[in-house]
Amino acid sequence: MSKPIITFENVTKRFGRMVAVDNVSLTIDEGEFFCLLGPSGCGKTTLLRMLAGFETPTEGRILIDGQDISNVPPNRRPVNMVFQSYAVFPHMSVADNVAYGLKIDRVPAAERDRRVEEALELVQLGGLGSRKPDQLSGGQRQRVALARALIKRPRVLLLDEPLSALDAKLRDQMRTELCTLQETVGITFIMVTHDQDEALALASRCAVMNRGLLQQVATPNDLYEFPGSRFVADFIGSVNLFEGVLAVDEQDQAVVRSPELPADIYLDHGVTGGRGATVWAALRPEKIELHKYTPGQPPPVLDDSPAGSNLVRGVIRHESYLGSESTYDVEIAGGRRVRVLRSNLTRWDQEDFALGEEVWLGWHACSPAVLLN
Amino acid sequence: MEQHWKSAKGLFGAVLGPPLFWLVLFFMIPMGIVWLYSFGENRGLTEIALTGTFSNYLRALDPLYLKIFAKSVGIAGLTTLICLIIGFPVALAITFAPPKAKTWLLLAVMLPFWTNLLIRTYALIAVLRTEGYVNQSLQWLWNGLGAVVGVLGVGSLGPFQPLELLHNNFSVVLGLVYVHLPFMVLPLYSALDRLDTSLLEASLDLGAGHLRTLLTIVAPLALPGIASGVVITFIPALGSYLTPDLLGGPDSQMIANIIERQFKRANDWPFGAALSFLLMYMTFIAIALQAMLSRRRREPS
Repeated sequence: MSKPIITFENVTKRFGRMVAVDNVSLTIDEGEFFCLLGPSGCGKTTLLRMLAGFETPTEGRILIDGQDISNVPPNRRPVNMVFQSYAVFPHMSVADNVAYGLKIDRVPAAERDRRVEEALELVQLGGLGSRKPDQLSGGQRQRVALARALIKRPRVLLLDEPLSALDAKLRDQMRTELCTLQETVGITFIMVTHDQDEALALASRCAVMNRGLLQQVATPNDLYEFPGSRFVADFIGSVNLFEGVLAVDEQDQAVVRSPELPADIYLDHGVTGGRGATVWAALRPEKIELHKYTPGQPPPVLDDSPAGSNLVRGVIRHESYLGSESTYDVEIAGGRRVRVLRSNLTRWDQEDFALGEEVWLGWHACSPAVLLN
Repeated sequence: MEQHWKSAKGLFGAVLGPPLFWLVLFFMIPMGIVWLYSFGENRGLTEIALTGTFSNYLRALDPLYLKIFAKSVGIAGLTTLICLIIGFPVALAITFAPPKAKTWLLLAVMLPFWTNLLIRTYALIAVLRTEGYVNQSLQWLWNGLGAVVGVLGVGSLGPFQPLELLHNNFSVVLGLVYVHLPFMVLPLYSALDRLDTSLLEASLDLGAGHLRTLLTIVAPLALPGIASGVVITFIPALGSYLTPDLLGGPDSQMIANIIERQFKRANDWPFGAALSFLLMYMTFIAIALQAMLSRRRREPS
């Protein structure tokens, strides 16, 4: 299962003086649904286009099944691509679009027709073969592009922002379908996207890129819970970052002291920073709990942290009610605002925490991630 | 912003008035007069009687004139074909040139436009005539070759025979291609430039080579551009007057040269008018064909 199918070896791509892809080394295994994720201009599309053969690396090698394909033209590579604009040929019927690649491969007409039929069924376009592209909706055109690429039975299917042009509802539906489709055909998918939700939902593994550099390659779960850098923590989901100093760093515990926070951040595990190092503690909004503050009452007790740490007082300055959950911006002593996400478990939940209320913010000792850069 | 013209009749009239006036006075009325002449007869040197006769049109159907019509269509058609064959790769090259070079290449295509046609045609004469640059270069090569042959002692090549490049059908077609190439390149370029490059990449991605992509994707999608390029090259080529007049020989007269002769030397305005309108009807047919072609393509089948 984990046989490498694609290897980037120190690949660099320059356009004039601009470095689009900077010394990227990456291995993608057979059967993966791999996502290249990053903000626009980060080099993810260039990486994909180098795989397809539309760009050649300035330096480094790209291997498919162990073969260096740097000098293989796009029409001889065992990969096919679904373009962002779909690139469905407007002057051909749906069936002719899908059959295009097979005609070039001189597949006999009878087999060709059968495979076109199959491919259209696979993407749920059965019976629409005689339509022209301008008679299709955006989602249907997307399916034509998928069928046209998959019918060639490529080793790898490349998808360039395939869902970005669809409306939200359709995007959700296509997301699920892409997942099912990949399981059905068993082909390695490599998808470029700038949408982190999309990447988290679909990918078996993700590569996060920024300014041409590979930031982190991990499963969606690891990317979110164990980000390797401030960029990744901030790019994937939303995060509260506190710059501080590692005051304690032992085998089974660590403490980060931040001038922005009146309380220590206590962790129930050690970090690989060393005492006195400058670090950033990353706290996801949903990992912070809100507790009611009542004057004269003792603060809530956290069972996994020493008294005085992982607990701060603040005032709710902003609230967004999102239906299933609410987000709060809480101002703590010193003026720093902390973003908190809270599920609306009952129908009266949000009434407890109104604008201007004083609250306690608390978190578990295992929740913060400590980042060294 | 979208207002119906009826709600601003005054403004609409003020904007439309002057050009409309101009068109009617200097285009529609003279055209109408010439059209009326085509149904008239010569009475004396300057007097034309509008008798409603069709004799001028019947005379135009004489094999002599039909042959010249056919020849004009042939020369214009050949010119258009050669322009297409040369213009398509040129337009393709400009489309895929780097953005900076694009502007310069387009400028190079349009530059001849800004030079007077007469000057360009005389320049061609200087190139093509018996002692012209082509023949001079050939003679120089011939003499060089002759010297080599003489040194080797194989024999002698004999005196140089200049090529007859001027005053024949060849020079007319060459001149027309030279003049009309921009008319072909520009519409082709605008059609190709609008083409979504991801369509070409998709074709390559699906296994097609460059030639196949050109034939199955680029050419069909550029067809409206090809059609308009063909029409706007063919129409002025069909009515060319100066080029066949200056570069052509006795047998390379085109229909415009015959028309000119009727109005001037032959002083037969009614017949000239009839020939003019026949030429115009042919133009209309060409435009109608192109319109039909582009409409059929636009209709979803």
